Amino acid sequence: MAAKTLTIDGKQISAEEGETILQAATEAGVKIPTLCHLEGVYDVGACRLCLVEVKGTPKLLPACTLKVAEGMEVSTDTERLRKYRRMTLELLFAERNHVCAVCVANGHCELQALAYELGMDHVRYDYIFPRWEVDNTHRLFGMDHNRCVLCGRCVRSCWHIEGAGTKNVSGRGARSKIITDLNQPWGNSESCTECGKCAMSCPTGALFRKGSTVAESERDRTKLEFIVNAREKKQWNA
Amino acid sequence: MERLKIATVWLGGCAGCHMSFLDLDEFLIDLAGKVELVYSPVIDVKEYPEGVDVCLIEGAVCNADNLEILHKIRARTKVLVSFGDCAVTGNVPAMRNQFGLGNADNVLQRAYIENAQFNPVKPKADGIVPTLLERVQPVHEVVQVEYFLPGCPPPADRIKALLVQVLEGKTPKLEGPQLKFG
Repeated sequence: MAAKTLTIDGKQISAEEGETILQAATEAGVKIPTLCHLEGVYDVGACRLCLVEVKGTPKLLPACTLKVAEGMEVSTDTERLRKYRRMTLELLFAERNHVCAVCVANGHCELQALAYELGMDHVRYDYIFPRWEVDNTHRLFGMDHNRCVLCGRCVRSCWHIEGAGTKNVSGRGARSKIITDLNQPWGNSESCTECGKCAMSCPTGALFRKGSTVAESERDRTKLEFIVNAREKKQWNA
Repeated sequence: MERLKIATVWLGGCAGCHMSFLDLDEFLIDLAGKVELVYSPVIDVKEYPEGVDVCLIEGAVCNADNLEILHKIRARTKVLVSFGDCAVTGNVPAMRNQFGLGNADNVLQRAYIENAQFNPVKPKADGIVPTLLERVQPVHEVVQVEYFLPGCPPPADRIKALLVQVLEGKTPKLEGPQLKFG
């Protein structure tokens, strides 16, 4: 495959054609913040935290879906990017009810970790405090819409790793909602295989295995890794 | 050098941040030599004084008393620090906001009528029991706040990190996990 030469934060790198900026940056040891990206499922550029600047383009572009090109000059950590990332994060916090202190994912949450890594000490926007329900109808798992960031990782895992197609998105904008089948209580779903990949994929406390109380929820992603390795490298390492 | 005048105040919160403050242990002795504590739940001063240098504010703004003292504090203090998640985000006290306007009534109904075993009656004593605000707010939505100290509660070492910098006259900078909510 053809190699492309480009610079990321002034660093000369070469990447394979078809790779994304996120992949190329990761290989070059440049860390770009991500939230909707999950190893093993395709990228959708939904959360906008991995936005980068590309010389010659006024728009900010998501590193997870942007393909490398010859001579590209990419910046991943500028004043402008930090400003927008912080803004995006704060809007995510203001949009739903992220009460870290009483969340099952406290201490194991990617949103919480991003907030402190990116220096968010408070949210400048007024909190919306929307009313959302918790679906606790499934015998093994729960869904707390208060904590959902609509990254869609659960939906992609459900459709493209498990192949069940149980999880979907309904609605538009901030009122979008992760649903089970055609918006049924999860416990009534006939398509759900109870594999738990949605809960493994969730970056926050929105999807959880029951029995995990505050700060106890830890993600076990070994099964995802196992299947991705099996599919891509033909290795079946249990 | 004149000692800095420090105050701490407890709005709508659980006092956990003040407990964490007491966890500063021997640093409290150093602190006592460098600052003058002019107002706090742990000392017996009734009126918030004038000319305070730094005030740590625990808790969200939940009722009419919180609101009144907060405006007084802002007018009489140089530097306000939102102390803990309730002050910074609204946290648990603000969860009642999810029930929409009129939630103040619903909360009282739930607590004092539906869950009452004996004598179900909503507390009402004008001038004694402060009325609940319709919407619980983090401190910075009500007044200008200079610095933020997140955590539920902020661990003692985080409080110390901020105080040391403030005492040195620096703009305090907390980074990484020192800014963790929850």
